[in-house]
Amino acid sequence: MTNAIITVNNVSKSFGGVNANVDIDMQVESGSITGIIGPNGCGKTTLFNSIVGYHPIDNGSIKFEGQEISKLRVGEIARLGMLRTFQQTRIYPKMDCVDNMQISISHRLDSKSSIFASRRGEIRDRAEHLLEFVGLYSKRNLISGDLSFGQQKLLELAMALMNEPKALLLDEPTAGINPTLINGLIDRLRRANEDLGITLCVIEHNMRVIMNLASHIYCLSNGYMLANGKPTDLQNDQRVIDAYLGGH
Amino acid sequence: MTTNINLPIYATLAVIGILGPIFFPAYTLSIAFLWVMVIMASTWDALGGQMGYNSLGNITFFGIGMYVSAIVQVSFFYEGGVGEYTSAMGSIKPEFTDAEYFIGLFLGILAAGIVGLVISILFSSFMFGLRGPYFAIGSLGLAIAAAEITITIDYVGGPSGILMPLFPGDIEFRSTFFYSICFLLAIASHILLRWLFSTQFGLAANAIRDDEDKAEAMGIQTLSYKRISWGIAAFFMGCTGAVVGNMIGFIDKEVAYPIPTFGIFMVAAALLGGKGTLWGPVLGAIIFHIIKDAAWTLLLGFQWIVLGIILIVNIVYFQQGIMGWLQVKFPERFGIVIDTSTTLVDSQRGDDAR
Repeated sequence: MTNAIITVNNVSKSFGGVNANVDIDMQVESGSITGIIGPNGCGKTTLFNSIVGYHPIDNGSIKFEGQEISKLRVGEIARLGMLRTFQQTRIYPKMDCVDNMQISISHRLDSKSSIFASRRGEIRDRAEHLLEFVGLYSKRNLISGDLSFGQQKLLELAMALMNEPKALLLDEPTAGINPTLINGLIDRLRRANEDLGITLCVIEHNMRVIMNLASHIYCLSNGYMLANGKPTDLQNDQRVIDAYLGGH
Repeated sequence: MTTNINLPIYATLAVIGILGPIFFPAYTLSIAFLWVMVIMASTWDALGGQMGYNSLGNITFFGIGMYVSAIVQVSFFYEGGVGEYTSAMGSIKPEFTDAEYFIGLFLGILAAGIVGLVISILFSSFMFGLRGPYFAIGSLGLAIAAAEITITIDYVGGPSGILMPLFPGDIEFRSTFFYSICFLLAIASHILLRWLFSTQFGLAANAIRDDEDKAEAMGIQTLSYKRISWGIAAFFMGCTGAVVGNMIGFIDKEVAYPIPTFGIFMVAAALLGGKGTLWGPVLGAIIFHIIKDAAWTLLLGFQWIVLGIILIVNIVYFQQGIMGWLQVKFPERFGIVIDTSTTLVDSQRGDDAR
């Protein structure tokens, strides 16, 4: 892969005696949708946390658009244009949806004056447009903490899109969402990727979703990178079947 | 909040502010302290209510401002300097002309605000490494440390304090003059905060309150926002300290750092009125101040018990404060939309239809 936007090289991370990630190598191609699968506790979320700077890594290197980011902090990496969503959905629960959206604008080009920018106009239009995109327009004036879990998940996605990131790391976007809504979500993720040009990297347990969505999938097991390849390759990989997918 | 609520509130406040001292001249200084409470509670709320950083140490800047203003006022027009003035313990009474006094006072108030602002910025880098209860205790420690350090500095009179320069003019003009400054400062702080929290800044502040880690992960430069909020509080606390010091006429550790009284009252007032709202701290400060003054005059001996009961009732039964309670009771008046339909089913239908 030549055109990598995220390059993870030889990354290890342990918590006390637990080796959460061991010598992980991964590349996310620019403009692609990349999947990460693996059993619970195999280190997927730890890998995400390492990439976006939540904790320092023990060794290895992580590059974003060719720039070393393993020493940068969460906020700095976010301002470079890489965001993540959380497995436990995180929104601003006491603010209404439009406010949640308006404060999620990109802070990449923040100048001192943008702190005191007015809330009306273009930002608000875009917030409402994106709420429409995820199907929450009719809920736009509700306090976001009152929304259902699935709706909060959609709101979090919309907030991430509002930020116009170059790369978006999604931690189990369909967990806890009912089957009818999942189809809509897949469709929206694909549109975000194609229309808005956002590179996606998705942790997912729902095989139907990830096999449909991703062009390249990495499989972790017990902190090690077990296998990677096209969805069809992985489905037939005996190691992946043994560790994660299970027999027929 | 819509204008139809704001207009009557502004009218009422203007009536109290302008007619109060005219019809009740004996209470002028008491009403002046009412505006002091309003400034304290609303600037506390900029950090404590809107951002969720409960500072117990904003009184630090009040005390520092008081001392800074004293230094500026004395040293500007007294050639002996502050050290000589304070070591004489009030036996030196420099003859300031009217112009000298008022220029010194103006510069003192300004310097008090600026020094408060600068100190808040200096301390912000490590103070905002603390969160939740740790920030509250840390900021309280800041106030206590500032008070203890102040009495060790002989330059500003040490434990015996400083007698402020004498006001040129009769006692009635003096009250009206300091009253007007307090009223104007309250108006200025209100206008600034009202504008500030109507911009993107207000949203960022609330985002930090709701989930700071998320805000950070979204790229918001949280430290800048916290600095601005605390800086505004520090500036106004510094100015207010300068005015109150002159109003009382004599300053020492107890006057400058009233940690158990004003230091706590400002928080209690903001909680009573409803933190994180525009009017909550203002309303809370007014009610709290009236009850406090009434208790001190009518129920002397039981005044702390009265305040204690208010605090307990507020915290146990009314955590959201008066404005917060009104917002829950009459949400549509505050522009809050409540969904009456069953949210989940409704949204799915809408979603499938698309």
